This record gives sequence, C-alpha cells and structure tokens, in this order.
Amino acid sequence: MTVIHSGLDATDPKMRASDVSVYYGDKKAIDNISIDIPSKYVTAFIGPSGCGKSTFLRALNRMNDTIPSARVEGTIELDNEDIYASGMDVVYLRARVGMVFQKPNPFPKSIYENIAYGPKIHGLADGKEQLDEIVETSLRRAGLWEEVKDRLQDSGTALSGGQQQRLCIARAIAVDPEVILMDEPCSALDPIATAKIEELIDELSGRYAIVIVTHSMQQAARVSQRTAFFHLGKMVEYGKTSDIFTNPIEQRTKDYITGRYG
Amino acid sequence: MSDKAINNRSEAFQKRLKKRYAAERRFKYTGLGAILFSVAVLVFLLGNMSINGIAGFQRAEVEVSMNLAESGLSGDANSLASDGALQSLELQGLPDIVAFYAEQELGENDARIITDQAWRDVAAEVIANPQLIQQTHVYSLPASPDLASALAGDGDPKLQAFAQDLASQDKLSRNWDIGFLTRSDATNPQEVGIWGALKGSMLTMLVTLMLAFPIGVLSALYLEEYAPKNRWTDFIELSINNLAAVPSIIFGLLGLAVFLSIFPNFRSAPLIGGMTLALMTMPVIVISGRNAIKAVPPSIRDGALAIGASPVQVVFHHVLPLALPGILTGTIIGMARALGETAPLLMIGMRAFIASPPDGFTSPATVLPMQIFLWSDEIDRGFVERTSAAIIILLLFLLLMNGLAIYLRNRFERKW
Repeated sequence: MTVIHSGLDATDPKMRASDVSVYYGDKKAIDNISIDIPSKYVTAFIGPSGCGKSTFLRALNRMNDTIPSARVEGTIELDNEDIYASGMDVVYLRARVGMVFQKPNPFPKSIYENIAYGPKIHGLADGKEQLDEIVETSLRRAGLWEEVKDRLQDSGTALSGGQQQRLCIARAIAVDPEVILMDEPCSALDPIATAKIEELIDELSGRYAIVIVTHSMQQAARVSQRTAFFHLGKMVEYGKTSDIFTNPIEQRTKDYITGRYG
Repeated sequence: MSDKAINNRSEAFQKRLKKRYAAERRFKYTGLGAILFSVAVLVFLLGNMSINGIAGFQRAEVEVSMNLAESGLSGDANSLASDGALQSLELQGLPDIVAFYAEQELGENDARIITDQAWRDVAAEVIANPQLIQQTHVYSLPASPDLASALAGDGDPKLQAFAQDLASQDKLSRNWDIGFLTRSDATNPQEVGIWGALKGSMLTMLVTLMLAFPIGVLSALYLEEYAPKNRWTDFIELSINNLAAVPSIIFGLLGLAVFLSIFPNFRSAPLIGGMTLALMTMPVIVISGRNAIKAVPPSIRDGALAIGASPVQVVFHHVLPLALPGILTGTIIGMARALGETAPLLMIGMRAFIASPPDGFTSPATVLPMQIFLWSDEIDRGFVERTSAAIIILLLFLLLMNGLAIYLRNRFERKW
C-alpha cells in the first residue's frame, strides 16, 4: 500500500505516473506505482538495491525501450500527454526529458562536440555563433566553464570523473529539457566531486524538474524537496523530504532510514 | 614452536616459489623460442625471395647500333605521333631491319640472338624520340632466351662461348629491366612483364572492396543493432560463420555457375573475379564487424539516445565511428586473403594467357597470384627469376594495401 503525505501540493505536476507496472519478460520489476513529479523541484527516489528505482526512472523517458524484454503497463504523462501513446515521438520525448547516467559516459569526442551534438541533431542553433553560445551557457550552468574554457577541443574522456559527469549534465542541459533524470549520478565519484554535483543540482532545481535516484540517504536529504521510498518494486511512501526523514509513516521506511536494512 | 612452524612453512613456501619462478621462466623462453623461430623462417623466406627476385628485375640485353634512315625507314614527328605509328613501322620492315643489324653487329649464329619482339623496343624508343631515325644510335635489345641462359652458364657450350665473347666486348650484359613493370605476359621470359597482372589485381580488388565492404558492414550493423534475436537471425549468423569457412574453390564454382551464366561475355574479367572474391570476403567483414560493434560500450548508445538521437543517428554518429577500426582490421584480413587467392579465379577463366593489360572491369585479365602460378609452370629457366620478381611485387602490393588500412585505422581510432 502506498502512503502519500497529505502535505503535498498536487497542483502543477510535471509528470504523472498512474498504476505503472514494468515487466522484464515474466518478471514484474515495478508493481503498480502512481506518483506525481512536480516541476521545479528535486524528487529523490531512495531504496535498497534492486528495488526498481532505476527501472522506474528509465520508464520516465522510455529508455527501457532499448531492452527487448521490457514492457510497461499503466500510463505516464508528461504535461498531460501520455508518453507511451502511439503518436508520441520518442526522439522528441527524450529531448524534453534528459538523462544522466550512473557512470559518466561522455562521447569520445571533443568537449565542444559533446555539448554541441544534441543542439545540432535537434537543429536548435542557427549557425556557429549561436551554437558557441549554447555550449558556453550549458557549460556555465553545469559549473564547468571556468575549468574547460581554454581546452574545448580536448577530448571529453580526458577529463576527471567528476568533470566528466558535469560534462554529461551540461550535455543534457544543452538540448533545453524540461525534466532531467539522474540515475545515481555520484556513485562513481569522490566526495569533493559529489559535493560539486549536489551544489549543481541545487542550482538547477529552480529551472528544471529533476528526478534523482540515489543510494545515499544523506544525499537525498541534502538535495531533494520530495522523496519517494521504493521497496521490492513497490513505492512504499512518498512525501516531502523533511517529512519522510523526520516523521515517516511506514515502519519499513523508518527501518531503512535508520539503517536497519538496505 | 612458533619458530618451527614459520620455518616449516617457509621451506615449503620457498620450494613452491622456486617452482613457480621456474615455470614462469620456461614459459617465457618457450614463447621467445616460438617468436625467434617464426622470425627466422620469415627472414629466410624474404631473403631467398629477394635474392632470386632481384635477378628477375634484370634481363640480358645486347647492344646494337643502328641507323634506321639508311635502311630506308621513314617517319617524322607527326606520323610517329599518330596511333598507327607502330603498325606503319612494322609494315616498313622494322622487324627485319632490326634482325639484320643484330646479325651484322654481333656475328652469325645458329641460334637466335635477339627475341622476335625486340623490334618493338626499338619502335617504342623511336616513337618517343623521332629524331633517332636520322641518327646512328645504340639500342639495347633483349637477348633471346637461349642467349640469356647461355650467359648464365646454361645450355649449348658453343652458345655459351659465344655469349662469353659478346660479354667480354661489352655487347651483352644484364641490365635493370624497367620494362618488367610496364609490360604484360609473353611467351618468353625476356619479354614478360607484370603490369597486366598487377592492373588485373587492382581492378579485381577494387570490385571486391566495393561490394564486400558496404554489404558486409551494413549486414553487421543490421544484425547487431536492428535485427530481433530469434531463430531466423541465429540461422543467418550460423550461415555467415559457415560461409567464412567454405573452401575457396567452391566460391569459384559458384562464380562459374551463377555470375558467368548471368554475364557470359565477361569470362576472365575482373568484374566477375571481384564478385566471386567478394562472396568470400564478405563473411569475414561481417564477423569482425559484428565483434567490433559489440565492443562499443552500451553507455555510449545510452548517452546518445538520452539526448534524443534517433537509432540511425546513434548508429552512424557514434557506433560506426567507434567500431570502424575493428571493421577495418577485419577488412584487411579478408582483402589480404582475397588478393592471394587463385583457386576460385581458376574456375572463372582468369588463368588464360593475356598479353595486354585489361582496359577496364570487363576486359579479360589475370591477377598476380595467378600470374605467379602460370610462370612457375613454365619450362624455360628464365621464368624462375621472373616468378620470384612477381612474388615480390605481390608482397609489396599486399604491404601497401595493409599499410593503407592500418593508416586509416589509426586515424579513426578513438579512446574512450
């Protein structure tokens, strides 16, 4: 049974999932989840390994389509539009709902090319000057500009892990998405790089709806305004981060947060 | 007690350690031995080939001084520049004039001194430089095969003495034969050249590459990126793997049965040869291409998909460039095998005697390995060296082709 805190303002959800189940073949990985993701806030998904939070995240921009055996039931809406409807263009959807992965995955191209690739394929820039501007803005927003402005032609893979991850965030920002999904973006990074990314998430939260999957409860507490606790493919509890961490309703949530399991 | 325990352990431990190091050393030296052996074999092969082959780039030539105008030959810059110049010189009796001068200059002999076609060398020289007709000029003419082998110390003793005599007068000597690179097959070793076979090989390889590379790469891309994984694709994969292992002569039979019945007029043509070899090369490219595509990290695909690239854009902007080095490696292997292949080409008639280089993809031709095979079958001793020379040309061609592919591969190689 899902508990939803009453304190949530239900107005203006950016994405709304209703009765979503995800199957891998016969196995049910996600069981009947309904959740509203507000715009301009950071929503954190927490829970023990294998609880389905990454699977659910990938369902939000249809990245599960690349897995042949994956199947989604229920509806997920972006601005009241069903993203699994037959008329929905996946390419357009992913331009609106960007994604940052667990392991930094810059393209083996120059830093400039990494950022410029998205705007180029979507035709967002008229000419070189505008493209330069997009690259600079994206890198500035990702807090990377000062570090790389003199070596934009260097390979993106030559950067450090933390820089690579911020490059990937900048790459996602460059196509001007409305929602950014982050799948454990700091799990491969050291504490200093993690702090930088968290700072960055904080800065970006006013501009985009951000959904972050994380293993670190401290991180969820630090960066998010909404938290959903997942367990065994079900969403156990969803509410304001402060409520979840200080006053959880469900016993399982309490146990997880106090470190009794997971 | 604890001391003893440590000692006991350390003894056994030391023994094991020693054994381990010994095993490691044995392994290292065995590997080193294997490499040294293969290097030695390679050096012997290349050394032997070059020593024989260098003689193949030379030929015995006699020096004959002639004044063609005195013999009644006419011709000026204009007429010699026209297309029929060679024919006109022949009709004016150039062959007889050359034979006459050679006999007069070098003395009578029962055996032939120069080759039948020696006059063609004279004609070529005259056409290139028309003023020579009016002058007395010393021409270098190919010695007859008998005289050439007499110079090398073979055959009739009388002719050998004659050759020695000419050599002492500096009228007979072995010279570098640049013409070997520009002439084509002929009946005697003094007049053969490699150009026809080399050009045939180039045209055939071009056809093979143009067919096998795009078809192979696109098949690999489709099978890896698009095809659903089911019984049909498994069957196709199995068939392609089997195709790569089919003996090459079978492909020749296929070329004979299919391609030659569709294009019956193109017997011995590089087009048909290239198509047959493409059948053989394609599976190699598909297999190596699939492995290279599989090796591209999935995170790159995810990254591109997540910013809204369509599957085709993912394939052509990200997967293909990263897989290209691996695909090119497979292409090198496939093409190298195709270049050295004779068996399938035997079946489609590329073993014919063809004395002129092919004009295009549809004219009769032969290829380098076939030329080597044909020459190695000849009785005349002069062909031994020519065969070695042809092998050197084949190896150089192979080296050039592989060098180009490695250069391209390094250019496209990217780290991630």
